[in-house]
Amino acid sequence: MAPEIDVIDIVAALLLVLGAALSVAAGVGLIRFPDALSRMHAATKPQILGLISVLAAVALEAGNWATLLVIAPTILLQLLVSPMSAHMIGRAGYRTGNYRRDLIVHDELVDDVERASEEDAAPRS
Amino acid sequence: MSILTLLHVLAGVLLSAAALLVLYRIVRGPTILDRMIASDVMLTTLILVLGTEMALNGHTRTLPVVLVLAGTAVFGSIAVARYVSKHDKAHDQHEVHHGS
Repeated sequence: MAPEIDVIDIVAALLLVLGAALSVAAGVGLIRFPDALSRMHAATKPQILGLISVLAAVALEAGNWATLLVIAPTILLQLLVSPMSAHMIGRAGYRTGNYRRDLIVHDELVDDVERASEEDAAPRS
Repeated sequence: MSILTLLHVLAGVLLSAAALLVLYRIVRGPTILDRMIASDVMLTTLILVLGTEMALNGHTRTLPVVLVLAGTAVFGSIAVARYVSKHDKAHDQHEVHHGS
């Protein structure tokens, strides 16, 4: 190792620390937030940006283009797949009432359900 | 003790702290939904740990594992979220204390 520190190593280490700090932020959000929906909001942060930063650090340390061909599908897959789980968990949490009703400013889904049932009750012209 | 070693140790300590916080929520989560969200974050933390180990030791042998984990982490959450029942609420906690 050269006596002067390589810039690429420093950048990679900073990216690793960023990913780890996002993971800690998700853990603190899981501890501190009051209900399941807001905890889900905190949990989704390291899944994208943390993964991108850590895999960017891996690509910087590897230093060839073949590594990039593996980490690009990984990030793309996570981008496609993370909203699916968030949608399913949020839907289950809303339907079972696992949220604090007093913390919600405006529930738009109630309005939509009421409007849909009114349209069903009215005769189709 | 260069700045590089300091950053590496900091990343390891932060990941360990995140895993401990998530484990607390898995143990104490009032509903199965909270535990599922926390398990998802634990799996993400595991992916980050694998990536960090790859970057620190300078190899890329664990990349297929990371790819498969990132692709299949959803199925557990979806399978559990489909079967969350109506009587699984946070305020229905009748704690039964078994003799320890």
